Amino acid sequence: MNNRLENLYQETILEHNKYPKNFKKLEKCSSCAHGVNQLCGDDYYVYLNLDKNNIITDITFQGVGCAISKSSASLMTTLIKGKTREEALNLKECFINMLTQNNCSQQCKTCLGSLKLFESVKKFPVRVKCATLIWRALEKALTTTSIPKGEGINQKGDQK
Amino acid sequence: MLNPKEIKKKFPILNQKIHEKPLIYLDSAASSQKPQQVIRKMSSFLRTDYANVHRGVHYLSQQATDKCEQVREKIQKFINAQSSSEIIFTKGTTESINTVAFSYCQSLKPGSEIIITEMEHHSNIVPWQIACQKYNLTLKHIPVLTNGELDLKAYTKILTKNTALVAITHASNVLGTINPLKQIITQAHLIGAKVLVDGAQAVPHFKVNVQELDCDFYCFSSHKLYGPSGIGILYAKKNILDTLPPFQFGGGMIETVTLDKTTFAEPPLRFEAGTPPIEAIIGFGAAIQFIEKIGLDNIHRYETALIQYAHQKIKKVSDLQIIGTAEHKVSVLSFVLKNIHAHDIGTILDQEGIAVRVGHHCAQPLMQKYQIPATVRISFGLYNTFEEVDILIQALNKVKKIMSLPKSPKGDD
Ligand SMILES: Cc1ncc(COP(=O)(O)O)c(C=O)c1O
Repeated sequence: MNNRLENLYQETILEHNKYPKNFKKLEKCSSCAHGVNQLCGDDYYVYLNLDKNNIITDITFQGVGCAISKSSASLMTTLIKGKTREEALNLKECFINMLTQNNCSQQCKTCLGSLKLFESVKKFPVRVKCATLIWRALEKALTTTSIPKGEGINQKGDQK
Repeated sequence: MLNPKEIKKKFPILNQKIHEKPLIYLDSAASSQKPQQVIRKMSSFLRTDYANVHRGVHYLSQQATDKCEQVREKIQKFINAQSSSEIIFTKGTTESINTVAFSYCQSLKPGSEIIITEMEHHSNIVPWQIACQKYNLTLKHIPVLTNGELDLKAYTKILTKNTALVAITHASNVLGTINPLKQIITQAHLIGAKVLVDGAQAVPHFKVNVQELDCDFYCFSSHKLYGPSGIGILYAKKNILDTLPPFQFGGGMIETVTLDKTTFAEPPLRFEAGTPPIEAIIGFGAAIQFIEKIGLDNIHRYETALIQYAHQKIKKVSDLQIIGTAEHKVSVLSFVLKNIHAHDIGTILDQEGIAVRVGHHCAQPLMQKYQIPATVRISFGLYNTFEEVDILIQALNKVKKIMSLPKSPKGDD
């Protein structure tokens, strides 16, 4: 079978896709952000709680999308919980660098840890947006305070 | 019967490998590929015949003008319009619809109603939404039934004496459904409403006769019809066209201009402001010639057999749901696979050299109706083969294999 595909759809990724972690709405959250990928309709909300010491005490996500975006979101939530805002933003930088730059620093690589799984996405340029979508939403949630309007996820648009 | 293998040879782009696999192009509904004949015609025109149209007394300009007008006549015959002055060159379907939305709607009484359908492409939704805001009109829609056909009972109910226009697609770019236009148009005309038909997905597949349909407006793009992009047409009945104000202004569409006043040219030029994509018009003409030589009846017969074969085969793939099972369809087929997102399917098929479209296909209201984020869409042109369908089925099984988790917690690598 095609190696590039096997590297893209690794078992861990497929597992997070099928059994996403922290996949729920956080009823009481201090911040929430919406991320949409127009191209394929990936659509997620990220919810988090930031305490007064700027520590992310809880983070969840909800929405619909492809295996890459969903597993990326799931893995992100597991890694971000307990981190400070600074640390989270730094990790976001590293992750996006890994997928969009040619020379990701050694320091970056160390800091990425299990996120290196997603390095193979780089070989599929149209899919980079899928992997980074939730991280961009995280950035929004950490840098703005407002809760987006109408953050319902299951669009039941059946107009009657 | 049409010989797709021979036809395929006439399309240079199809004779290549993508990711080391022979290209299988299943995205003609987005845009079709171009035959050698069209490419050659455009390049020879640019090499020896090119000049601006309408403005010159010199030889090349007159030649270019004549050639473009011949294409207009060719298109007139292609859709059986009464006169070539009923054919307006536009950038494509989208611009054609915008022209009607912002020209025809200007003179409608506030409170008049426009009816669209739930299966429209965004380009036949958004212009009407904006025109309704601008001119105080009301937008209504005909719902789609689960099988992908229009709910015609609902249509009868929402059609009222206030209805000014029904804007409807001839064939759906997602479901493939061919709508029963004859009936829809007759009903609309009975209460005095006009009908605009979005023919983008119809003209490549079967013979369209605007006089027989009796539609008031008909729109399509050349690029889905084996011609170049950047050109399309708006057909409008002459008596309507004569009363419509222009939608864009500038050179080419005027009669006389003084510094403070302008009178406009007669249709069709009144609606063709600015220099048109001249070489694209020439290519458009070549594409129509290409299709007519093969014959739309032949194309329709072949593509119908092909789409039926694809339906039969694809239906058998487990956990797969076909979206759109109307009785009359063009060669477009959308589906979803349980627990596998369309985008992942698209990537894996691409690695097999198979080009499909995934996403909402510019028809988000339809996705909302079926409560799905996206579909995979395959669409055939006259160059696709039964063999390619078989390869697609194998590739779909591969998708399922790649996307499935090993049964045991520790999978073998
Ligand atoms: C049904 C339908 N209408 C309109 C359009 C828009 O055509 P164009 O982009 O050529 O203006 C498309 C193209 O995708 C279509 O499929």
